[in-house]
Amino acid sequence: MRIDHKPEGIRQSMSWLHTWTGIVLGWLLYVIFFTGTLSYFQDEISLWMKPELHRSVPTGDVDQTVQATLAGMHTLAPNATAWTLNLPTERRTTVAASWREPGSENAGRAGTKRAELDAATGEQITPRETRGGGFLYRFHFELHSMPRAVSRWIVGIATMFMLVAIISGVITHKKIFTDFFTFRPRKGQRSWLDAHNVTAVLALPFHVMITFSGLLLLMGTLMAWPVDAVYQGDRQAYNAERRGGGGGGGGDGAPRRGTRPMADAQPVDLAVAIVPMLAEAKAQWPGRAVGTVTVNKPGKPGATIELREHGSESLLSRGAARRLRFDAATGTLREQPAPAPQSAANAIYNVVVVAHLGDFAGPTVRWLLFLSGVAGTAMVGTGLVLWVVKRLPERRKLGRTPWGHHLVEKSNIAVITGLAMATAGYFWLNRLLPADMAGRTGWEINGFFIVWLASLVHAVLRPARAAWIEQSIGAAVLFALLPLLNPLTGGHGLVSSLVLGQLSIAGVDLAMLALASIFATIAAHLIGKARKTAAPARPAPAAPSAPVTP
Amino acid sequence: MHTTPSTPAPAQAASTTLTRYRWAVAVRSLVAIFGGYALSAACAIWLGHLLPALGMTRLDAVLTATMLAFVVHACAAIWVFAIASTWRAAIGILVPAAVLAVGAWAYGGAA
Repeated sequence: MRIDHKPEGIRQSMSWLHTWTGIVLGWLLYVIFFTGTLSYFQDEISLWMKPELHRSVPTGDVDQTVQATLAGMHTLAPNATAWTLNLPTERRTTVAASWREPGSENAGRAGTKRAELDAATGEQITPRETRGGGFLYRFHFELHSMPRAVSRWIVGIATMFMLVAIISGVITHKKIFTDFFTFRPRKGQRSWLDAHNVTAVLALPFHVMITFSGLLLLMGTLMAWPVDAVYQGDRQAYNAERRGGGGGGGGDGAPRRGTRPMADAQPVDLAVAIVPMLAEAKAQWPGRAVGTVTVNKPGKPGATIELREHGSESLLSRGAARRLRFDAATGTLREQPAPAPQSAANAIYNVVVVAHLGDFAGPTVRWLLFLSGVAGTAMVGTGLVLWVVKRLPERRKLGRTPWGHHLVEKSNIAVITGLAMATAGYFWLNRLLPADMAGRTGWEINGFFIVWLASLVHAVLRPARAAWIEQSIGAAVLFALLPLLNPLTGGHGLVSSLVLGQLSIAGVDLAMLALASIFATIAAHLIGKARKTAAPARPAPAAPSAPVTP
Repeated sequence: MHTTPSTPAPAQAASTTLTRYRWAVAVRSLVAIFGGYALSAACAIWLGHLLPALGMTRLDAVLTATMLAFVVHACAAIWVFAIASTWRAAIGILVPAAVLAVGAWAYGGAA
């Protein structure tokens, strides 16, 4: 697209397309990348934000944990029709228990009660009310306070812009491999372009995967036409077939009921009965852990115990974990429900989507996904800044700053440093608001938006370079002090969490320190640049509104 | 990219060129966004109908068609901005989209 309508090569037209698809929804994309990256640690953030749960330290002895929590459930919910215990993992220090009281069969999901149990003692722990990491996770694809259908369309459109920006960006590049090894620091626009290229190329497979799978995750909203056409509008039939795994035939993956009625009426001592079952699971799934223990009809005749593998061995099946079902009284193994077979199309969908969600990722893969997300966030951020830097000569030539440049420059500040401060503010409020305050969940979130709005106002009022510097310092300080606030407000600080092996809590503290150092580096770089331009005698009289960029 | 003409031109000529440029951008954007979407949806409906004839289950057909729809839309958007003529870009997307959509509608009514 040239203004003079002269013919241009594919590379020029793609460069134009890349620039404009990138900038039009760039801020939204930055927000999606930032919150999405943090969402890889959604559970860890939620745990960090519930310091009451930090005192639960699993002993490492699964038998003991299960026995203690079964005893806890006896006092907590003796009459429940079923107990489900999600055992501690590398991401969770407590046992997350849920159960259904008799008579709640028709209540749907609302009939399920939940509690957090101390993994060592089995006692219930009541944490403060908070949306935790769930707020950032939902914000990632549903934004806030608007109907789901609307926000998913907005995010979906931004995702399609991202996909077009990625493809056109790749076409624009003739030296994609060389660029990977090219970084020319302190060269102004060149350095920003290099930084943009390095973060883009470094994690290019991730960027393509995350963008395409983002569209697939929203396909029920964005592209329901083929479903409606082929199923003649019967989405229920489609959903039923989806749940079946798409293998064709009637494998519905639901556990088949045992047929034998139980003869014994003796209440079973579950704490004793469970030990050989756990041993059996260990023998059947070598190297894999038990993730969930479900007791059906606890304390009643005909009780059964089901053990479920933690995670899934194959990404193709998206969580079809293996299960073992025992009679509680006799300990005999019942018929095992086989996971439904997967068709190729379903398997492709599952692999891509699971990679996006990071389901079942161990700590190493999770950190790699997180770092790829950081690269993606930096790619969008450097792209936004590059738009401004590239137009500095134009500004100088005009002798003024067009309003569009102002808009982009100020929005960049409010989005890049402002969102960081808002997120840190959300964590601060989580610890500073009284734990028993009414409506504290809402105020944590209000605080997030108040800080964000304040950063926008600040960016508008201050000169651009000063705003960048002040907000970077603000974000760095807010994040750097959070690991100190953590132990002061009832949580396990870095020292105790590391000593106790609670890596999920320590990981959040460490990530906050990493974020603090990123923003401190940006601030230091900008201050250094400001000094350099201020100190030496200027060769030419600079315009009073000299364009400033980080 | 090229928001100002590279050579100084008489003000009136510059403003007509600018207006033409803006129209071209607007038309291509609309064609890429809405035309591309219509084309991808129509292709997906047709694939959903046709793939079962190749032995796929209808669920697999629909999943494959839906996943490919996003690829079709992205490629269509790229193509709209890659070719030189704005009108050829518009016709190249809108005509096949209309033909496929009307065909799918008629097929759906007949089935």
